[in-house]
Amino acid sequence: MNDTIYIVKIGLASCGIAAGATSVYQTFEAQMDRDHVSLIPTGCLGVCYCEPLVEVISPSGESVLYGNVTPKDAQQIMEQHINQGMVVQHLLAFPQDREDPEWDYFNKQTRFALQNCGVINPEDINSYTDAGGYQGLKKSLMLGPELIIKELEQAGLRGRGGAGFPTYRKWQLTRQAVGKPKYVVCNADEGDPGAFMDRSILESDPHSVIEGLLIAGYAIGATQGYFYVRAEYPLAIKRLRIALDQVRAAKLLGTHILDTDFSFEIDIREGAGAFVCGEETALLMSIEGRRGMPRFRPPYPAEKGLFHCPTAINNVETLANVPRIMYQGHAAYSKHGTEQSKGTKVFALAGKVNRGGLVEIPMGMNVNELVFAIGGGISTGKPFKAIQTGGPSGGCIPAELGETPVDYENLAQIGAIMGSGGLLVMDEDTCMIDVAKFFLHFAREESCGKCTFCRIGTEKMLQILTRISQGEGKPTDIQVLADLGQKIQVGSMCGLGQSVPNPVLTTLKYFRQEYEAHIDAGICPAKQCKSLIDYQIVTETCRSCNLCVISCPVKAISGKKGQAYQINETTCVRCGLCLDSCRFNAIRVTSLPTKHTEATTEVI
Amino acid sequence: MQDPLVVVEKIVARHRDTPGAAIPILQGIQNKLGYVSPLFLQKVAELTDIPASDLYGIVTFYSQFRLDPVGRNHVQICHGTACHLAGAEKVTDVLEHETKTSCGCTSADKEYTLEKVACIGCCSLAPVININGKIHGHLTAEKTKKILKGITREKDEGEKG
Ligand SMILES: Cc1cc2nc3c(=O)[nH]c(=O)nc-3n(C[C@H](O)[C@H](O)[C@H](O)COP(=O)(O)O)c2cc1C
Repeated sequence: MNDTIYIVKIGLASCGIAAGATSVYQTFEAQMDRDHVSLIPTGCLGVCYCEPLVEVISPSGESVLYGNVTPKDAQQIMEQHINQGMVVQHLLAFPQDREDPEWDYFNKQTRFALQNCGVINPEDINSYTDAGGYQGLKKSLMLGPELIIKELEQAGLRGRGGAGFPTYRKWQLTRQAVGKPKYVVCNADEGDPGAFMDRSILESDPHSVIEGLLIAGYAIGATQGYFYVRAEYPLAIKRLRIALDQVRAAKLLGTHILDTDFSFEIDIREGAGAFVCGEETALLMSIEGRRGMPRFRPPYPAEKGLFHCPTAINNVETLANVPRIMYQGHAAYSKHGTEQSKGTKVFALAGKVNRGGLVEIPMGMNVNELVFAIGGGISTGKPFKAIQTGGPSGGCIPAELGETPVDYENLAQIGAIMGSGGLLVMDEDTCMIDVAKFFLHFAREESCGKCTFCRIGTEKMLQILTRISQGEGKPTDIQVLADLGQKIQVGSMCGLGQSVPNPVLTTLKYFRQEYEAHIDAGICPAKQCKSLIDYQIVTETCRSCNLCVISCPVKAISGKKGQAYQINETTCVRCGLCLDSCRFNAIRVTSLPTKHTEATTEVI
Repeated sequence: MQDPLVVVEKIVARHRDTPGAAIPILQGIQNKLGYVSPLFLQKVAELTDIPASDLYGIVTFYSQFRLDPVGRNHVQICHGTACHLAGAEKVTDVLEHETKTSCGCTSADKEYTLEKVACIGCCSLAPVININGKIHGHLTAEKTKKILKGITREKDEGEKG
């Protein structure tokens, strides 16, 4: 390679593009000196909090990361860094000193499944093969199915879709099952609100998942594979299609792959907006062209799956790990993690955290390290309250249990779950009843309706939570919620019903006093529940600038120039828009007078 | 414009060999025509051996399908967890107020369709909305209003020019 070449990589995954990376890319493309700069569109490096992200690698191999880059910044990077060799300090996303704690964001991670994300060009198969791509497939075809399965067993890979079922076992069962043809399906339905691991992998490194699916197909003796991708992920679908065309052209897909007897085809099916279709039996129904209603297991899909034939279903991240394990050997994977949870796990870190993004950690790292060392702590500067893992199926982990190691066993023990990788950080201002209500609302909408407890039980629980959030909870409500939650768990057939009470049950367990405050005193300690708060104007600081009046959708604010404004609390809908509009901190949220004091007033 | 029923015929023909074709056919129709009306369902039923009742069952089960056309601006408001925490409700209030439409509906002038959607996976930009395929992030009430103004301005200019 020419030793005067600068390499410029720009992250063009969904979140980068949403933040404006395309125009940054175009600026480089239009103005760079092609003899000295090689421009590479990449996927997501996981540093979502400072997208658009530009990496500049100098001819000496030194790399720097620029964050929040605008087209104007891009010009400056070209003029100053690339033309004159001077790093543009004020645009750096990370300090130049790699030992600086900010680098913990990367230094504390172990990128295995994500090793190519943000590094290679997802739309170029050569970029993938240069990074060792399709070597895992080659090696697998030489080893044969039995040894592939053995390798995965030794690696200790467990399903990353949530349940953590050993992948080797699933493949073995499907391989041994009688019936032909056999199918493999990649579950890319990623419906948990707050999770974007699978989207990022598909957008940033689609070939790794395709290679994983090919190896799965070969190992279990399948001839057809499917990707089931959420329709909300158009870019992931587009990049998968491009990648599939490329593998077909490279003869890695089709008949007699790499001159062996192995022939395999892959199709893409788009989801149509139903969370329950992430559940494996519902997903299969959906591919078959029906309503996605889960069915009873056994028989498991390994025996009787798609079109009644043996089918192995694996998650995107699970499959992305496979080619690496095959190529680099099982030890490269199993050396990370804990005794029973080997390897790494990708998390989508979001919520009130300074450095939100996609991170991959070795199993067993504790919650505090994840939130503070990697995530950089709480973005609002307020105290850390809890994290929530596993979305609507998961639970919350209070700050007091911050030392808990993140692996399947430890999370299950405290009532939370690993889940597929959504991880939400919450601060003091988050109301746990509001969070529980949010997830239950989701569960009620997404229940397919087949099991009575799931269909009606979630509705009932939501009604109770709603009334609690309105200050009309009854003292018996806590017991009813706990009881109903447990009944929904045992009375539902699929994982949706079995897990959706979790957000309520874990908040009840760890934040019971918050429920009691709502019920007994009519107070929302986080000041979020609209029926229990008031907005007031702070007379001393109000400058009657009129901004709040303009922002108010219900015209509840009035006043005269020179005098403090007032909010009419009967018209006010507590939307909080005035608070956002105020530049002088002159609007305050207060709790309503407590039930207790009201009662006393009545007596008087 | 092409007869929609001819479009339906073409899409059905393309999926003759697809196993379990119902959903890809309906998605194809919605992509091309913007929605799947009962009339289109009837046509699909005639051309395939899938009963119209099954098709209707599918369309009403999956939230992606629409039985009515959308407005000129299709606004999807993300209600994923991160967006919820970051104030998706507020953004929804602003949008409903400014467009005089409620979620799940199309405005009287057919200008806006507002729709709540589950996570679109841009959590670090929360709260986000997707207008006609373009994602807008880190929204505040002000920013949301500005975006809507931009759309109206574009339309006015388009009509003048
Ligand atoms: C309600 C529900 C939703 C699910 N959603 C997903 C999903 O979005 N992605 C996924 O990979 N697995 C999901 N699963 C788990 C799948 O049923 C299945 O266990 C998984 O795809 C198996 O792959 P793995 O062994 O590689 O984890 C879901 C399960 C349930 C009960």
